[in-house]
Amino acid sequence: MEIILAIITGVLYASGIYMILRRSMVKLILGIILLGNGVNLLIFLLGRITKGEPPIIDSTEKVLQGVYADPIPQALILTAIVISFGLQAFAIILVKRTYKVLKTDDLDQLNTTDEDS
Amino acid sequence: MRTLILKSASSYLLPVLLLFSVFILLRGHYLPGGGFVGGLVAAIAFVLDAFSNGLDKTKVVLKVHPGFLMPLGLLIAFLSGITPILFSDLPLMTGLWADDPIPVIGALGSALFFDLGVYLVVIGASLTIIFTISESA
Amino acid sequence: MLAAVLLGFLFSLFLVFSGTYFRGKLAVLSSLIPLSLFVYFLSYLPEVSNGEVIYQSYEWIPSFGVNLSFTLDGLALLFALMITGVGSLVFLYTSAYLKDHKYLDRFYGYLSLFMAAMLGLVLSDNLMSMFIFWELTSISSFYLIGFNNDKADSRKSALVALGITGIGGLLLLGGAVLLGDVAGTYRISEMLSSREAIADSSSYLLILLLIFGAAFTKSAQFPFHFWLPGAMKAPTPVSTYLHSATMVKAGIYLLFRMTPVLNGGDIWHTILIIVGAVTMLYSAIHIIFRTDLKGILAYSTISALGILVFLIGIGTQAALVAAAVFIVVHALYKASLFLITGIIDHETGTRDITQLAGLRKVLMPVAIAGFIAALISGGVPPTLGFVGKDLIYEATLHYGGSAVLLTVLAILTKILLFYGGFLAGVKPFMGKLPEKYSKLHLPSPLMWVPPLLMTIAGIVFGIFPGLIETAIAKPIAMTQVIDYESFHLKLWHGFNTVLGLSAITITLGLVLYFALKPKHSLETAIAKLDVIAPKTLLLQLSTGFEKFSTLWTNFFQTGYLRHYLSTIVAFLIVLLGFLLFSDFSLNIDFNTLTELTIYELSILTMLLIGVLYTVFTKSRLAAVAALGVVGLSFSLLFLFYSAPDLAMTQFSVDTLTVILFVLVLYKLPKYLNLSDTKIRIKHGVLSISFGVLITLLILRVLGEPKNAEVSEYYAENAYKLAHGKNIVNVILVDFRGIDTMIEISVLIVAALGVFGLLKLRLKTRDKK
Repeated sequence: MEIILAIITGVLYASGIYMILRRSMVKLILGIILLGNGVNLLIFLLGRITKGEPPIIDSTEKVLQGVYADPIPQALILTAIVISFGLQAFAIILVKRTYKVLKTDDLDQLNTTDEDS
Repeated sequence: MRTLILKSASSYLLPVLLLFSVFILLRGHYLPGGGFVGGLVAAIAFVLDAFSNGLDKTKVVLKVHPGFLMPLGLLIAFLSGITPILFSDLPLMTGLWADDPIPVIGALGSALFFDLGVYLVVIGASLTIIFTISESA
Repeated sequence: MLAAVLLGFLFSLFLVFSGTYFRGKLAVLSSLIPLSLFVYFLSYLPEVSNGEVIYQSYEWIPSFGVNLSFTLDGLALLFALMITGVGSLVFLYTSAYLKDHKYLDRFYGYLSLFMAAMLGLVLSDNLMSMFIFWELTSISSFYLIGFNNDKADSRKSALVALGITGIGGLLLLGGAVLLGDVAGTYRISEMLSSREAIADSSSYLLILLLIFGAAFTKSAQFPFHFWLPGAMKAPTPVSTYLHSATMVKAGIYLLFRMTPVLNGGDIWHTILIIVGAVTMLYSAIHIIFRTDLKGILAYSTISALGILVFLIGIGTQAALVAAAVFIVVHALYKASLFLITGIIDHETGTRDITQLAGLRKVLMPVAIAGFIAALISGGVPPTLGFVGKDLIYEATLHYGGSAVLLTVLAILTKILLFYGGFLAGVKPFMGKLPEKYSKLHLPSPLMWVPPLLMTIAGIVFGIFPGLIETAIAKPIAMTQVIDYESFHLKLWHGFNTVLGLSAITITLGLVLYFALKPKHSLETAIAKLDVIAPKTLLLQLSTGFEKFSTLWTNFFQTGYLRHYLSTIVAFLIVLLGFLLFSDFSLNIDFNTLTELTIYELSILTMLLIGVLYTVFTKSRLAAVAALGVVGLSFSLLFLFYSAPDLAMTQFSVDTLTVILFVLVLYKLPKYLNLSDTKIRIKHGVLSISFGVLITLLILRVLGEPKNAEVSEYYAENAYKLAHGKNIVNVILVDFRGIDTMIEISVLIVAALGVFGLLKLRLKTRDKK
């Protein structure tokens, strides 16, 4: 299972980077989202995966015992998910604004700073 | 997207979903849930309402612009963080806990208020983003 | 002493606000600043001449060992007196020379800034603070050289000077850090005790080269000498003050200061003697080819600096005493000659030596000063110049095996310097006065008294060399020479070899003066050699470097996002790939791996299809929908693998993201199909290799044991310390609460950004 997940992480990275390398701005955003998902999976996987043992203390216990999933990657990914939502929203609006002002979707048209907006 | 079914359902769905989001927030310390998820669920509830009844009506229900929830939430989170410094001479972000658990909520502590702050910020930020976009779209 | 150093800084700051009052008649008052400092330092003379060393320290950055510590010993006092003494006269002179100049206040501001920096430099006992003052002198001299900033020449010269001295400053910093590291202190006085450790250390040579680099650039030694003639574009008071009397001597000061610390090895002496000798002779020969008075003086200054380096290189007590006396001699005559040149330039409007003659008839006091200055420079008795010259020959004659060679070199230089001094100090005043200058009249006494005062001092010190001996020569010898022996300075030594050499020098100098006439043809002749001059070579180097950096920048900074990204990714692939494959071992224990069930397999298939569809579809809507599928698969995946919190969050965020996309999708541009197949394949290969690399990296990490210390701590203490049972939530709101706080702040910033991008822009458009 881990090996398949590792391959899928690789696929996510590859497709994310491929999309970011496109000239279309929409594809750029999709690429960023895919890459973000890849990073989340990478962190999750490096914390090792455990099936059916969430890091929650049993209601009768006071200390977590036995096998449990690593809570640290989970905490990291949780905030990452929420923040990437903010980032995606900002990126989408930025693209929209740029498109409206410059009337182009081609990233190659954006390499001058002298454009009067 | 103003279908009759969605419209009639949403007037019941909004309070139920909001209650659910508060439930998720409160149980977060013991079971899956917490401020982030709770806030997102509440935001989805409002967005659903806006879809069915129109953005203007949702804004009336909200009374204030969702943007105001962000500083409010940040303030609550910050206050819960510095309370130990102010009252008990303990380092920043030390959890303070009431001695006796309260029914339904469970143990009451400063961490709960911190989570409440997170909850409000998440609602505020998500709704600000979505409302701003749908207004100008 | 701190107050004395700060006074100049404060005065220049004060001029920023009240400069307008100092442009007119009040300008002359500003010379009170250097004058009072001169008196202040003079009051230390009795103590210092007894060999006392006055030390004061103020804490600045004690954690780095950088403090403002000042010492006043013989060497520092000599320089302090020279800076403030020549400074007073230059300040006075300027008030008449630049009378009613639009920016006179600015000039005084730069000048006092420079004076303060120079004082700080010579008084610092801490190498770090010395470096800072060193740089301040370079910066203030940049402003002074470029004072006529409407002229392209001035600006260029200022830039060249700043470039050369700035490089020197960096070398000094490097040397200081290394030296501080080896000696364990930045205090120069404390370094003395570890001089053996320094000489034995492996970085001794490097330290030496760095310190030499700093000193040679600042003191215009070959091959860095060329900035000094260029710096003569500055107004004459600047040339007088910075480029003959003080700043260019900072390098000499550094070498002097470092002599007891660093002169342990032969290499110190060899390098200094060679560089000094080359410089002194090279630029002395250049004097013959110059017709501009300031050019003559510039080259004779470089030559004099060469003599000083040469003497410090010899490094015996006699040589160091000779150097100390020669510093005074040079300051007196060279500053006077510069001021006199300034007067001639100011009155006649030219500095061309072939045009000037007979000026004694109209500028008598100036002519007297010029004549005496030429005598001092030529070392004619009874001036101090004679004493100085004798000391130099004394030093070279007693330097072991190569004594004869060194003496011959010194004599040749001295003859040429004699010629240069007479050219600048006597030639303009002799002969027949041209018609056009007959109506000239004497300028304000503020201009001709300072040079006259200095030259008279040269005679007084010459007749009573004991004054210099007790005040300067002995204290310096006591602190700078390890085996100090008592000595006496005398004007008359009786008939001996040195006297004979002096006579030869003066005679040959006179012969040269009468036989050689400066001609423009000579100047143009030597200009042909400029192709191989160090100046040209260094400038070519700098233009070459500029071209190279332009190419470099254009290659990497294309302005295309995909170029940047592919460069970074390619670099990572090479770097990570190298690390991974140089030591690759896949030791995964297949028994510990989680079992694969049909549920997970279907989720993963869904995920994979979603990702591939997002990449390859031609429709935006389909891509967004596929992305939603990816998100949902993730949510299920988290649920399976014990992360219910993540599953919930991912699900909610996914919902919101899809809503977001749907809201703006129709406002977004349609897909473009811009790149050709070749580029697609190239990018495809690049991204796939990166993906493969990441997969290999993960597999490699999975083979290593996991450190779960922190997780165990959280698992154990979540309930005990934080009263929570959902550990993920406890980490977020309690253990790492401050992080979460910053994260929600970031979320707020993103929301405000969206709000600002959409709302605020609309309002400005409404206004239009």
